[in-house]
Amino acid sequence: MKYFVVLCLFVSMSCRNNEQEEELTNDTAVINNVKSDTVELEIYDFIGLEKFLNQEDNKVHVVNFWATWCAPCVKELPHFEALLDKYKDEGVEVLLVSLDFPKQYEKKLKPFIKEHNLKSRVLVLDDTDMNTWIPKVNKDWDGAIPVTLIYNKSKRKFYSQTFTYNELEAEIKQFLK
Amino acid sequence: MKLIKIISVCALVLFISAFAIKSDDVSTGYEVGDIATDFKLMNIDGKMVSLLDYKEAKGFIVIFTCNTCPYAVAYEDRIIELDKKYASKGYPVIAIMPNNTDVKPGDNMDAMKARAASKGFTFPYLMDEGQEIYPQYGATKTPHVYVLQKRKQGNEVKYIGAIDDNYKDASLVNSKYVENAVDALLDGKEVTETNTRAIGCSIKVKK
Repeated sequence: MKYFVVLCLFVSMSCRNNEQEEELTNDTAVINNVKSDTVELEIYDFIGLEKFLNQEDNKVHVVNFWATWCAPCVKELPHFEALLDKYKDEGVEVLLVSLDFPKQYEKKLKPFIKEHNLKSRVLVLDDTDMNTWIPKVNKDWDGAIPVTLIYNKSKRKFYSQTFTYNELEAEIKQFLK
Repeated sequence: MKLIKIISVCALVLFISAFAIKSDDVSTGYEVGDIATDFKLMNIDGKMVSLLDYKEAKGFIVIFTCNTCPYAVAYEDRIIELDKKYASKGYPVIAIMPNNTDVKPGDNMDAMKARAASKGFTFPYLMDEGQEIYPQYGATKTPHVYVLQKRKQGNEVKYIGAIDDNYKDASLVNSKYVENAVDALLDGKEVTETNTRAIGCSIKVKK
């Protein structure tokens, strides 16, 4: 465990030297796990985010769209965290895509991430042309949040609903079969 | 034999009608071309308001909106501008608050009155008491706009969706979806972009 923390620190320091972290390696994912006073946000427009919705690997990707101001979103976040904790060793990755407004990044989003000690990777989507990107996430998505996308190499499912932990786990098990 | 026939027809009817139960599913609600229901909802001034009251109107800009959703709040000024621009041309804004106020007390009638007063709303701000109107329209979030045109058969839905394409900054808007739709109708033309999507806050129901 100690060596893991040291490795994280080492990796995070070297990652910060890079100007643009385009590669989706496991190394970049550990940045959020490092305990630091400042929360660094990964902010993307939709073109930048799109690759996270279409990764071609052997993992099961759980992508949840949420915001700090969305009460039903906040209520189900612990279930995603619990899911990550239980299933990360089985190749499940959780991505929490925040739709918080830029003017609330400092006041709301960063404190929220810190207070809730979120272990899942948080990405921030800042792209006002919603009519263009909403259908790209899913053609039936009407724009209400929360929504969740779960996909792997062979299966892709979009959920326009909130989850209890049991419901979420039942869906993940379908992908881990 | 006849009895069996009658029973099986009844069973079939019951079976089919089981699926006709109204649900809050995204797939129900109006599509462009449908005739929208009128309603009788309470306004912030205590009076009941229906679309029928507007004898001179050519249509309506029905907007499901609320006090508590940041996207709705971001659009408040633009909603006022829409009413200022189009009410005199025959398309007034009719704002309807669809949330359950037990779940969202910040959207109750007192809060609605206060917000309307402080922002200077120029249009009715109605409460969807009993939450029976928004499911018929198929509104799933706030804000959600339905532009209606008065036809002989009733108020026809001509546009459904977002107000424009930039919630953050009115000056950076490229497409003013609602204005384009109403302008087309006022010109006697068809609306070209009839359905758009935007992020919004889900409408709150009591579980």
